[in-house]
Amino acid sequence: MELNIQQSINSAREGNRRELARLLSSLESGVKLPIESSSPWVLGVTGPPGVGKSTLIGVMIEEWVSRGEKVAVLAVDPSSPRSGGALLADRMRMSSADSSESVFVRSLATRNHPGGLIPFLDNMTNLLGLCGWSRIIIETVGSGQSEIRIVAFADRVMLVDGPDRGDIIQAEKAGIMELADLIVVNKSDLPNALNTLNSIANSLNYSSNDSNKLVLMTSALNNDGISELIDEIEMLKVNNERTSLRIKERLLSAWDFLLLSNPLLNEVLLDLESGNINLDEALERL
Amino acid sequence: MSMRIVIAKPGLDGHDRGAKVIARALRDAGHEVIYTGLRRKPSEIVRVVMDEDAVAVGLSTLSGAHNVLIPKVCEELIENDMGDIIVFAGGIIPESDRENLHSLGVRAIFGPGTSTSSIIEFLESVSERKKNGLEVGVGHDTGWRWS
Repeated sequence: MELNIQQSINSAREGNRRELARLLSSLESGVKLPIESSSPWVLGVTGPPGVGKSTLIGVMIEEWVSRGEKVAVLAVDPSSPRSGGALLADRMRMSSADSSESVFVRSLATRNHPGGLIPFLDNMTNLLGLCGWSRIIIETVGSGQSEIRIVAFADRVMLVDGPDRGDIIQAEKAGIMELADLIVVNKSDLPNALNTLNSIANSLNYSSNDSNKLVLMTSALNNDGISELIDEIEMLKVNNERTSLRIKERLLSAWDFLLLSNPLLNEVLLDLESGNINLDEALERL
Repeated sequence: MSMRIVIAKPGLDGHDRGAKVIARALRDAGHEVIYTGLRRKPSEIVRVVMDEDAVAVGLSTLSGAHNVLIPKVCEELIENDMGDIIVFAGGIIPESDRENLHSLGVRAIFGPGTSTSSIIEFLESVSERKKNGLEVGVGHDTGWRWS
């Protein structure tokens, strides 16, 4: 068994895509594999539904490939809390995803894992890095805490927004603006894109920590501003303050994972429900 | 038993309401469905099945090109050492064309009027067969088909 796994890892490293795809499935199902750290280059991309994240990633992939990079995308979509199933359709908006040898796109469902996907993503990105994928993108819908934690996992975070999505306060509420290294207003071909850009830039100016944060405009549809965006991403310096925020998010998700996999959890929940113990006593027991 | 299933639209056919209904029904039955979008080449569909590590692929065609496109997908799967993938098809496929497609390894063909529950039953019988060690892939030389 051990030997077989080592063989598949070697085969994936030599470029066998099916082997890579299978190893990713094993990691996703919680199997631990002997994968060394490869210090992968990872960009987290998030933003509200419908702002064009997948389409934008599609054209970013093309730009990177033209610069000689090998690009892997992990596109995360939610699983249905009721059936456990998922409809994964991000890749349909990435036109180069299905043919280029230099692109690998994998759709991931959140599968209602306790603590989210974080415990698996670490190994997945290490494996992709090991197999020669030089740019790794994690895409999530930025709609909730668990999605924010997924991008917090990346060393670089890009927030995508679009025109006419309502007031900028909405984005600030989500807490993602503090984690982002750069903010992109996509759909610059639409009216009001410039207004959105200005109001984001203004809102960043209120806080001295964020005033040097980059805000860019792109149109994935017309391939406008993409090359400039890639230039900026390549020049990003890892920001220490945001690094500590990210590490905190990682710690919190590991903590959630521990809590939710605690064997006493159900028992304690029942006791809490029936009023036998209070929250402090519950924490004590766990 | 939950599976990863690719729902694909091969060739130049711009209608995907059927494919979307199937994708939705499979999701609601607990499966993870990867939808390719319209107008994919057979080689692209094979690539998606490979990279997504899917166990099955459903091909929806309404254009009349099923006798070219479906065999091409089956062939390329086998060429790429993916003969264990389960292939099923749907759309407008006349009765007279079905025997040939079955003989190439297509395990089920669903026409207009099919209820989504039949497709879910098909997948259940596929996983039952797999559990019993029976072969169901496109490259396996069993005569089995769902009916």
